[in-house]
Amino acid sequence: MLVHLSHPHRQVEIKGPKRTKELLRELNLVIEAHLVIRGDELVTEDEMLADADQIEIRPVISGGSV
Amino acid sequence: MNCTKCPTSMRAVISLPRHNAAFCKGCFTTFVHEQVARAIKSFKMFTPEDRILVAVSGGKDSLALWHILLALGYRADALYVNLGIGGYSEESHRKVRHYADTVAAAHGAKLIVHVVEQEAGAGIRELATILHRPTCSTCGTIKRYQFNRAAVEQDYDVMATGHNLDDEAARLLGNVLHWQDEYLDKQSPTLPASVEGFAKKVKPLCRLSEREIAAYAVVNRIDYIVEECPMAKGSKMILYKEVLNRLETESPGTKQRFYWGFLEKQTKPEPATESMAEKDQRTLHPCQSCGQPTTADTCSYCKMMAKAKTATPR
Repeated sequence: MLVHLSHPHRQVEIKGPKRTKELLRELNLVIEAHLVIRGDELVTEDEMLADADQIEIRPVISGGSV
Repeated sequence: MNCTKCPTSMRAVISLPRHNAAFCKGCFTTFVHEQVARAIKSFKMFTPEDRILVAVSGGKDSLALWHILLALGYRADALYVNLGIGGYSEESHRKVRHYADTVAAAHGAKLIVHVVEQEAGAGIRELATILHRPTCSTCGTIKRYQFNRAAVEQDYDVMATGHNLDDEAARLLGNVLHWQDEYLDKQSPTLPASVEGFAKKVKPLCRLSEREIAAYAVVNRIDYIVEECPMAKGSKMILYKEVLNRLETESPGTKQRFYWGFLEKQTKPEPATESMAEKDQRTLHPCQSCGQPTTADTCSYCKMMAKAKTATPR
C-alpha cells in the first residue's frame, strides 16, 4: 500500500494486508499523535488495510507559543 | 470496531481509550459538541447572547472551534492575524478565507484580517531577528495583543482560542518543570476581563485532545493547514507533547488527569497548613510489637514478618 506521510512530505510503500496499529508500529509512530486516513475516511487501530489502499498518516501535534 | 454508542452499531471511525469508547462519524460529532458545551457551561464562558471573537490561524484547532461554535448556534466572528511567514502564511490565510466564505458566511459570521507586515513594516521572522527574541515568543506577543485589541475595540463580549487539552497539559508540564508558579493562575479555561482594556478570554476546547480535534476536522471535512509552522520546529511545547503522548499511550487518561486534576485543585480552598512533624505527632504511635512509630497497632514490618513465619512455602 502507498502511505503518505507529513513533516516532511514523503511516500513509502508498505506490504499489506496489515492492521492500522501494526502499520504505525512498523513506522515507529505513536497512535496518540497521528490519524490514519484511508481514501478520505478515518480508520481505527484494528482496521485491516489492503495492498490496494491509499493511506495518509496525518500528524496531529502542533507547537510553538501557547 | 463498531460504535459503542449508537443502537445500530455503525463502523467506528475513532476509538477513545481514555473514555473506553469508540464512535461512528455521527456519534463522534455529537460527543465533541457535548464536550465543548460542557466546558462552556462549567467554566461560565459565554451565553447565546454574547458576541464571540474566535482567534483563527488556519490550523485544525481554531477552525474546528469556529465550526463547533457556529454549529451550536453561537454568534461567533473570527480574527486572522497574517504573520508574514512566506508560503506558510499565504496557505493558512487561504484556508481561513475559504472556510469563512464557504461555511461561516452562511451563518452570518464574518472574518476580520490583520496583516502584521502592514502595521509593523516586517513579518514576525524579521521582527524577531531585529528584536533578538525567539520567533515563537514574538509571534505570541503580537497575536495576544492584536486579538485583545480587536475584541475590545470592536465590542466583543469574549475572545475564544483553540487551546486544547494537549496544549494546556504541555504548558502545565513546562510550568511545573521550571516551577513557574506565577503562570499557573493563567491556565484556567476562563480568564476574566480583570481590568479595563482586557477582553475576557476562554478556551472551549480544553476538554478535547489534539487528536480528537483533528479527527473532528477530518470527519466534518474542514480544510485546515496540516503543515506545521516552520518556526515551531524543535519547540519545547512539541517535546512536552511528545512526552505526554507516550505516557498517554501507555496509560490512557494521563493528560486529562494531569490538567483536570490541576484545575480541580485550583478551585478548592487551601487546607489549613500542618507541618510534617505536627502531622506525624498527631498520627503516629509506637508499634505494640517492636516500638517503632506506626499509624496502626502493629507496624507493617512486624505484620509482614509474622506472616512470613506462619506461611507455608510454595
